[in-house]
Amino acid sequence: MESILQGVEGYMYPNEMELQWSILIVLYPYITGLVAGAFILASLERVFRVESVKPTYRLALLTALAFLLVAPLPLQLHLGHPERSLEMYLTPHTASAMAMFGFVYLWYLMAVLVLEIWLDYRKDIVQLAQTTTGPLRHVYRLLTLGSYDVSAEALHVDDRAGYVITLIGIPSAFLLHGYVGFIFGSVKANPWWSTPLMPIVFLFSAIVSGIATVMLLYMAIARLRGMEIDMRCVDTIARYLFYAFIIDFSLEMLDLIHRIYEADESFHTLDFMVKTRLYLPHVIVQIVLGTLVPLGLLALTQVVKLTDRARRGTYAVAGLLTLVGIFAMRWNVVIGGQLFSKSFLGYTTYKMEFATREGLLPAILLMILPFVILWVLVKLLPPWTDEKPGVQPAA
Amino acid sequence: MSVLFGHKEHLVRMAALFGVGVVAFLVLQALLVPEGFGVYGHYRAGALEENRARPVAFAGRAACVECHSDVPEAMKGGRHEGVRCEACHGPLAGHAGDPAEKEAVRPDSKALCARCHAANVARPARFPQVEVADHAGGEACTTCHAPHNPLAPGRASQPGLAPGTAGQPGLAPGPAGHPGGVENGGTK
Amino acid sequence: MNQDRRDFLARSGKLLLLTGAAQVAFEAILRGEPAAAPNYRTADHWWGMIIDVEKCIGCGNCVRACKEENDVPREPFFFRTWVERYHVQEGDVEPPDVDSPNGGYDGFPERYRTNDGSKSFFVPKLCNHCARSPCVQVCPVGATFESPDGVVLVDKTYCLGCRYCVQACPYGCRFIDPRTKTVDKCSLCYHRITKGLTTACCETCPTGARQLGDLKDPKDPIREFLRTHKVQVLKPQMATGSKTYYNGLDGSVR
Repeated sequence: MESILQGVEGYMYPNEMELQWSILIVLYPYITGLVAGAFILASLERVFRVESVKPTYRLALLTALAFLLVAPLPLQLHLGHPERSLEMYLTPHTASAMAMFGFVYLWYLMAVLVLEIWLDYRKDIVQLAQTTTGPLRHVYRLLTLGSYDVSAEALHVDDRAGYVITLIGIPSAFLLHGYVGFIFGSVKANPWWSTPLMPIVFLFSAIVSGIATVMLLYMAIARLRGMEIDMRCVDTIARYLFYAFIIDFSLEMLDLIHRIYEADESFHTLDFMVKTRLYLPHVIVQIVLGTLVPLGLLALTQVVKLTDRARRGTYAVAGLLTLVGIFAMRWNVVIGGQLFSKSFLGYTTYKMEFATREGLLPAILLMILPFVILWVLVKLLPPWTDEKPGVQPAA
Repeated sequence: MSVLFGHKEHLVRMAALFGVGVVAFLVLQALLVPEGFGVYGHYRAGALEENRARPVAFAGRAACVECHSDVPEAMKGGRHEGVRCEACHGPLAGHAGDPAEKEAVRPDSKALCARCHAANVARPARFPQVEVADHAGGEACTTCHAPHNPLAPGRASQPGLAPGTAGQPGLAPGPAGHPGGVENGGTK
Repeated sequence: MNQDRRDFLARSGKLLLLTGAAQVAFEAILRGEPAAAPNYRTADHWWGMIIDVEKCIGCGNCVRACKEENDVPREPFFFRTWVERYHVQEGDVEPPDVDSPNGGYDGFPERYRTNDGSKSFFVPKLCNHCARSPCVQVCPVGATFESPDGVVLVDKTYCLGCRYCVQACPYGCRFIDPRTKTVDKCSLCYHRITKGLTTACCETCPTGARQLGDLKDPKDPIREFLRTHKVQVLKPQMATGSKTYYNGLDGSVR
């Protein structure tokens, strides 16, 4: 603890020297962002009839679910009293963005994601309930809710209902991650966070990270299973990634230019912070490596005709860099917002530990966990019923 | 059921499941919300009581004066008249509650007086302050200053220390002619 | 019997009686029972604080008294109240030099020279007990709240330790108590002021730089003080409704 004093430069209010929100709180918006982004990609096909991305539809939904299930875990680890967390549902303070987010999360999980997955998979679930042997059979039987009607009319009902759910789901996904942005953006005490742009920047960076994740997962899983990758699908996803990224980058640049131009009382201290303590994560990792390079690579694929293999490689690199960049963006918002003093006279440092409750190790494990859950979900509810992931089973 | 809802039956089942969930939540809420929540505002009413029910460490001047009524007399008209007892004597609620069992310890003047009166640029200029080493020359402050009335007339028998003597080494500058800029026996 | 002896007897008699009564009342106060002051009605009070910067000498009595009275951890990262020292260079062009060694707990070692055209002063800080408190607004569960008499308090048995309120306070007055893992902050010595005592910091302030005020009490000197002095609150642009009024606050104070 005493080392904190050494990390302080200038003046910080005595209570500010130790950071309040750790890497776990960086992880949380990152994970919910992936959820929202993956869902938006899925909705492209369902609502906007972008038929070429259909091969990734189910995978995107399962990815969203896997990450959404993990999302509360960093929060639980962070709380001083996780055993009291139910209080947010029992006595939610309606004026608090954090409290209302609990309900947005619940709504999104239950009324959107779970419903949509269930409706899309119902035919398969019924089939699996009737054909599987062993203990897994009971799981499927449970999931059918006792109804085995898979007639054409029932499936049509499912299709219509699924359409409506997705229609509601898009603004819900916007709300889910925009809300996280609002949790930061509404804190007037912190000038690094307090901007009306925050929910929108969060949302678009979420879309970017979600799309990149699904694209990478699709290519990786297909490669692992020895299946053919549908290039038309991947090209379309990459194009949407490119568009979303341009919007995201423009918004972040708008925020930056606005701050530099207006140069209000907080500008000097924030500018210094970005140029010193936040230089590596913000300028190098987030902007250069995480935004400009992937944008350049994606732009390249749009203007130059590359072979399938070259495109796949480019997309993979761009996708990975994007994910790193968006993580850095969350880091810069959360950690960056706590590195400077509210007196605008000093800076502190973030001492991240490794094997403590809020250290790097739990963060790494929490990032691995969604992939484990996804693996289970993919086994339980296969996104593709035959070996060609490019061919979607008739709905 | 399929007769009633036809091909929508599975939706109805799902809706029923949701309904059960909502009801279960409402029941849970009714059972688990703590008593007294929302009475005065969005908080537990008991929290007000809990915040009030803490033991005190500082007794307050009125309590000290109950027994030590001679001290206000001594302080009257002096420079320390407005200084409350525990500012120097520390927390004494225990002593006030049980004087025999919990004895009060007289503070050491060398450490105590310097806390307020050691010269410091950030202190208001008119506040009496001295370079302690020069002024006291290693002596305890109480050698010359009675703590309850530090500038009382005849406070010390040493020559040159009677009030109104200018030129005392080590005293912070103040209005000319008065050591430390202080008036004898004057109030703030 | 001559007057002196009569006086003496009268006084000692009163003393004995009072001591006995005081003892009983005092025991109750020591134990902290609210019942000891059953006549306290929250509707009769609206608490605030005056800080007179021109009187603060940076002795640190308030910081020590608060930590003692409220059992605050002694490490230099947890303060319910602290004192800052400002040093403003001549010409007031650069930002001020500010320090608060251990919050002012051990006083302030001399650091600056006189006569270099600069000015220095001390500024005590504490929870501002805002009437439109941003920390109360963001608490997800209602573990921090404004009492009916205007004191922002914490419900330690209900707090989750999410730290959102710590982020939302513009003044940096909240912290997480490492022992209870809940938030803690200045409670305006609620357990004292509801029993007719003043706060620990005001009690031990030797110069009267800190004074508790009851804005609903017509006899409280705070009303006259606010009327006759030019007072400010910290960060007025945040519109928090702060009830901690500073007299003599320099523009350089953050």
